[in-house]
Amino acid sequence: MKPISYAVPASIDEALAAIVDLPGAKFLGGGTNLVDLMREGIETPEVLVDVTRLPLAEITETPAGGLRIGAAVRNTDLAANLAVRQRYPVLAQAVLMGASGQIRNMATVGGNLLQRTRCLYFYDAAAACNKRDLGSGCGAVAGHNRMGAILGASEHCVAVHPSDLAVALVMLDAEVEVASRTGTRRIPIQDFHRLPGESPHLDTTLAADELVTAVTLPAEPLAASSRYRKVRDRASYAFALVSVAAALEVTNGTVSQARVALGGVAHKPWRATTLEQYLAGRPATDEEFAAAARAELAQAVGTPSTEFKIELAVRTITATLRRLRDEGGAA
Amino acid sequence: MTLAPERTARPSAPPEADAGPGRTGPAIGRAVDRVDGLAKTTGTARFSAEYPIPGLTHAVLVHAPIARGRIRSIDVAQAEAHPGVVLVLTHLNAPRLTPPPTRMNPMDLSTMAAGSSIAFLNTDEVHVDGQPVAAVVAETLESAQYAASLVRVDYETITPTADFEAELPTAKAVRSMPVLPPTGGKRGDARAAYTKAPVQVDLSFTTPQHNHNALEPHATTAVWDGKKLTVYEGCQNIDWTQKFLAKRFDVPASDVHVVSKYVGGGFGGKSKVWAATLITCMAAQVAQRPVRLALTREGVYRTVGGRTPTRQRVAIGASRTGQMEALIHQATSRKGRVGGEADQIISCSLDLYDAATILAEQKIVELDLMTNTAMRAPGEAQGSFAVESAVDELAIELGLDPVELRLLNQPVDKSPVHGTRYSHRRLAQALEQGRDLFGWADRPAPGTRDGKDLVGWGVAAAIHPAWEFVANVQLTVDATGSATLACAFHEMGMGTATVVGQMVADCLGVPLERVSALYGDSDLPMGPGAGGSGQTASLAASIEKACQAMRKRLDALASKSGMPDGSDPAEVLTRAGEQSLTVEVGADTGPKAMWGQVRFLSKMVMDSRRWMKAATGAHYCEVRVDADTGELRIRRWLSVFDVGRVVNPKTTHSQLRGGIVMGLGMAMGEETLIDTRTARIMNPSLAEYHVPVHADVPHLDVHTLDDPDPQMPLGILGAGEVGIVGVGAAVANAIRHATGRRVTDLPLTLDRIVG
Repeated sequence: MKPISYAVPASIDEALAAIVDLPGAKFLGGGTNLVDLMREGIETPEVLVDVTRLPLAEITETPAGGLRIGAAVRNTDLAANLAVRQRYPVLAQAVLMGASGQIRNMATVGGNLLQRTRCLYFYDAAAACNKRDLGSGCGAVAGHNRMGAILGASEHCVAVHPSDLAVALVMLDAEVEVASRTGTRRIPIQDFHRLPGESPHLDTTLAADELVTAVTLPAEPLAASSRYRKVRDRASYAFALVSVAAALEVTNGTVSQARVALGGVAHKPWRATTLEQYLAGRPATDEEFAAAARAELAQAVGTPSTEFKIELAVRTITATLRRLRDEGGAA
Repeated sequence: MTLAPERTARPSAPPEADAGPGRTGPAIGRAVDRVDGLAKTTGTARFSAEYPIPGLTHAVLVHAPIARGRIRSIDVAQAEAHPGVVLVLTHLNAPRLTPPPTRMNPMDLSTMAAGSSIAFLNTDEVHVDGQPVAAVVAETLESAQYAASLVRVDYETITPTADFEAELPTAKAVRSMPVLPPTGGKRGDARAAYTKAPVQVDLSFTTPQHNHNALEPHATTAVWDGKKLTVYEGCQNIDWTQKFLAKRFDVPASDVHVVSKYVGGGFGGKSKVWAATLITCMAAQVAQRPVRLALTREGVYRTVGGRTPTRQRVAIGASRTGQMEALIHQATSRKGRVGGEADQIISCSLDLYDAATILAEQKIVELDLMTNTAMRAPGEAQGSFAVESAVDELAIELGLDPVELRLLNQPVDKSPVHGTRYSHRRLAQALEQGRDLFGWADRPAPGTRDGKDLVGWGVAAAIHPAWEFVANVQLTVDATGSATLACAFHEMGMGTATVVGQMVADCLGVPLERVSALYGDSDLPMGPGAGGSGQTASLAASIEKACQAMRKRLDALASKSGMPDGSDPAEVLTRAGEQSLTVEVGADTGPKAMWGQVRFLSKMVMDSRRWMKAATGAHYCEVRVDADTGELRIRRWLSVFDVGRVVNPKTTHSQLRGGIVMGLGMAMGEETLIDTRTARIMNPSLAEYHVPVHADVPHLDVHTLDDPDPQMPLGILGAGEVGIVGVGAAVANAIRHATGRRVTDLPLTLDRIVG
């Protein structure tokens, strides 16, 4: 690993100054992904600016009746928070289905959103990868891409975003609070991560001098009957082949509102807007759930290795909505 | 070392006191705690990268990112200039070694320790992706790591050939070699018999490459003292390591001291001398400093061989009542262009069933990939998946219970292909006992649903041949009544150091607490390799001999003092005024050692003509398959094994369980992904190479028949490998029962299960 220096800012302002003033600086959260990437020679910062000791580790109520989750809240604490578990069960479930207990003890909310893809070609410094080295090509397009994208990919990149937490946040219409020396702004979570297009080296719309300070959740009664379903290759400690964050409201057998986001299928957590529009006002039947899922996946493109994920996504969405319906809105 | 007092005496079945050869007494058969348990759980057990050595330096490898080509130039200036760097070793400044042996020599089995024919750091040629092209030695590990990233290498590259499936047409036939396990066999005209058989099953299978993931990555600490070399190395064959290093560095074997007290898992991956071991010794020689090199996890994938992928065909013809008329098993594996062996993939098919005709044959392709090597039940692990899946399909085709079909076709007393007699054959009993214990009679109907899940029950049989190797031992009894057995055997976590004490205690007639063992060091008499499930049986043979000789000498001394035969050793020695008595079995050097080797080989050949000896077993499992997604969960597992006599139920059952867990990995997730364009392993990490997590493994209910094999030392057949055999098929058969789908490719991932 390359020699680095390490800074511990005493305040958010100090952190925001450090990221601009120190050449090659990068914020360090729990380090569960960044340090790994540094060991692999994929990330090569000169300075690590540790933001885990800033006053960003609180979960508080918002005036609007939602929750504000500090960026430095550890995943374990987020999943254990009573308000989260009661009002946004999908979020606690998503967190608990990610990584391992040891990793969750370290990993932060901000770091989780900013983790990099686990595409095998991104992780191998000897391989071609446009995300690591724009213009070098994509080894994964015609290589081992079973974990790759089926929605929104480009010829330059088929990587998927690995976060479970972010999928739940997208379903919940969360907002990301960011700060820089020039002020603060709020980014709707759907606009936070991006599709690869011509510039797969950019994972998010976060500027280089910006720090994620919090994630806010709107008040949302529907979220109390939400669920996260993760399908993967082993029972634990594996990334999603397909995951579904969903909430459903059924009135007299008719869907009044459905909300679905997908993980493991795209360069960003995928909000299933086509599905949501299709289902609104339709009967809450297995057939309609499947039809809605198929409508969403109509635009999916598979490779010989990822083709199966299209049908798997349809089946996982259908099963998750079915279960939410059968549970009758109870969390 | 004293043996810990027994805490959990729960043998699965009490051994029969009068059955089989050798003396049985109170120690053998007891579930004795491991003698190294306390040291390992408290962290005081010292592994090969943990010896404190004054003046130690640390080495890190630079791996080639190309699979075939030549080094045009190598720039080490920046690396050398990095603070703390002691040496950058490349092919330009490395000492010239004696070239590696190109073929195995039956009279010198240490030739099998050559992991490949590559002359590491003695050539500018690159033969496999990840081949070490330089090593950086520094005062600290961190300094060496960073400096290694500063080495710049310019390569001339050649496009590698690495696509196993695409190269299948180039496969060449494999001939069976004497001394090595069989890779072919024939009984009658199986092709003709298959054509005529009224019921036929013909299936193709694939298994992927697997790589070694022992908990302890390979690590070497090398110290030169003039022309003498000491190597701390967790290995499975101290004798081979010593002799191989001596030959490569052109020093007498007696000048190479190998210390291998604890080994953090081997599974076949530590039987050979791989690149890193050689390079560490070279670096220590040039730097004139002690050097330590612990491979990274990625380094293990890139420089240590893995398990060959296979493509297999199994065709079975049967009568309408289920008698097997023909069994055809054809397999193709791969090796590296620079070495590797053909796993005995078809060997299961030679002895599992008494088919009227049998044809088993193997082919092999050569690729520009790292050589393959032994991995727990090499060949049997892959072959059993194919043959035991095909047998299950035959049962369905016949409308017969799969256990019944297996019982119906059991050989009675002779190996169907070779005609050799079974020393004892208990596979039918294992199948029957497993059937009863599992409650097979209550097997649900195919495709039974429980909520969102489909339920399936599967069965598969297992077989693994029993091996014996040379074990030289020295046994000492002193006037306090303590007995010490000295032998350079290997303790990789399976409990050998513990069961050796139990065997000595009973064979000599002394309390277990008075026995200790010295092991894991080439200064001790030459031990057997820890491979082929043969270490314990090999040790048992020599322990029996040593104890008999010791008893004779004790009795002779006793009679001089007017004491009866079998008197207490302490008393005999005290009365005779002797401090201690020592007996030896076998010799390490000189003409005696050569004769020992000749005797060993001729006994092995004679034995193999006379007897077929094998551990066997039966696996039963219940799986749940999510009807929507195909997600697989193993809910229940029960296995019954015949491993001959069980010296220690605790360590034996643990080893069998470990085999099953490794089999579940093979069944459910393990797969090395090679990019065939670059011949590079793309998932060299535990994050992306899926071994099972705890949540994937249910409680494993393991039983042993504990029935001594009359032709094996102390009746022991060996338990290291039979556990993994058949596991993949048992799971695939349960999936077939649950879903109606026959998955013929490993791993059994959900996309293959849903289809």
